[in-house]
Amino acid sequence: MKEAFDLAVVGAGPGGMAAAAIASEAGLRVCLLDDNRSPGGQIWRGLHPNTSTTNPHGREFSARAERLLRTNCEIWTGSQVIDQPAPNTLRIERDGELRDLSYGKLILATGARERFLPFPGWTLPGITGAGGLQALVKSGLDVRGKRVLVAGTGPLLLAIAAGLRDAGAKIVAIYEQASLKKLTRLGFTLRNHPGKIAEGFGYAKKLRGIRYGTGSWVKSAEGSIRLERVTVTDGRKEWTHECDWLACGFHLVPNLELPLLVGCVVSNGYVTVDDFQRSSVSGIACVGELTGIGGLDKALIEGEIAGWFAAGRKDKAHALSPQLRKLRTFTRRLDEAFALRKELGALCRPETIICRCEDVASSTMQTCASWREAKLHTRCGMGACQGRICGPATEFLFGWKYGSVRPPVLPASLSSIAVMPEPRTGQADALKPAR
Amino acid sequence: MGWRVEAVSKRGKLRVSILKDTFFITVNATQVRVTSEMSVAAAMMMSGEPCRTSVSGEPRGPLCGMGICMECRATVNGRKHQRTCQLMCASGMNVVTE
Repeated sequence: MKEAFDLAVVGAGPGGMAAAAIASEAGLRVCLLDDNRSPGGQIWRGLHPNTSTTNPHGREFSARAERLLRTNCEIWTGSQVIDQPAPNTLRIERDGELRDLSYGKLILATGARERFLPFPGWTLPGITGAGGLQALVKSGLDVRGKRVLVAGTGPLLLAIAAGLRDAGAKIVAIYEQASLKKLTRLGFTLRNHPGKIAEGFGYAKKLRGIRYGTGSWVKSAEGSIRLERVTVTDGRKEWTHECDWLACGFHLVPNLELPLLVGCVVSNGYVTVDDFQRSSVSGIACVGELTGIGGLDKALIEGEIAGWFAAGRKDKAHALSPQLRKLRTFTRRLDEAFALRKELGALCRPETIICRCEDVASSTMQTCASWREAKLHTRCGMGACQGRICGPATEFLFGWKYGSVRPPVLPASLSSIAVMPEPRTGQADALKPAR
Repeated sequence: MGWRVEAVSKRGKLRVSILKDTFFITVNATQVRVTSEMSVAAAMMMSGEPCRTSVSGEPRGPLCGMGICMECRATVNGRKHQRTCQLMCASGMNVVTE
């Protein structure tokens, strides 16, 4: 089964929704794909158009969703892209069923995931990502009256803590690993972004009375079958908090699997794009967090630019570039302010697990010199998540370069694999011994 | 409360119906009361069950909450390795930890 579209957009977060809406309005036949069960991505997860109008994100989502639903854009949710079996073709799995989709142009808006760093005890149930706990609460987890410690790094920590408090959680404290000095420097650059300052004050108001410790990070966590307490340090002294949940994430890393699969050039951790969001591969654009972690505004603008460009309206796309330049500068400032301190790389004990899928301990990993060697000798990164969690961690801990991708991009059922074509000639040649 | 898009009017307004019903799913033979807007991972954590046991025997729960880390995988209605954070509860669902 194969369906043809002028444009395929992968990822129905803000960037993907903006791109799909504009391209459909311009008359293209568009298919918007997402792995999740409903559009909105991470930032708009769990919102719905008529009951979320009390918060600004809810209103923005309603407006974007209505605009998209007015078009003829097809929206395939619960659909994972697992392969590109031939040029301009995506192979999609949904509920164990396969379908192929052919596209004229492709916009990738696959977003980002949290970066996780291992520390003693981090595998206990009750320890989640910061955004991870927020996502679980948005999908029905009840945290009313639960003691939650929020830690890690990044601008999202405050938003997440405010959201958890709204959901009824008792926030024990918030610990940001970045120093006060770096945060102050970021604060000065925000003078060009009044909207962000207002948002920050909004969170500060919601979080009144809660300790926000800068230059502090989680050192270890303890519990028998579940999290019970967390030890925090600022490098000089350490102290302990009893808590039910630890929401701990270290900023974001882009989901580069699909861009790498289709051959886009990646440098310094992000997909390289031009002013029209074009990647190095003809006909493929990348938007949002893939090109730099900049959040909602950047994703929306980049989505719009890519949408206009796909629809042949270079003028409209060009008109948005001054706004985009400003947001890209902001993105760089965020990366500088929330850069990881080196102490975070020295938390693991020899027995601390780094690869959670295959339970590979720190001491075993340290015997390896590269990501490839670790995969071959220890099975690190070979489990169900395919290195999505331990890859970014080992990049920080050991300076390893991870990120080779081969299909299926996500675990797929054997019946899906059975119909996959033979390796392409290029790959087959690579298997032959060198002469 | 859950919601469902019923219709889109010509002027683009959404008509949405609110679903308030609760029902039960089974997690390792325990009945858990849930709603249709609750993910299976959320239901498992509220039942107090870890989602899976790791290769060295540790209990594990969800980490990323967005379908990437695979820590929340479980057998749902006989299908193995389902990412429960991406799966919403449905009446009569049977979840077994792995």
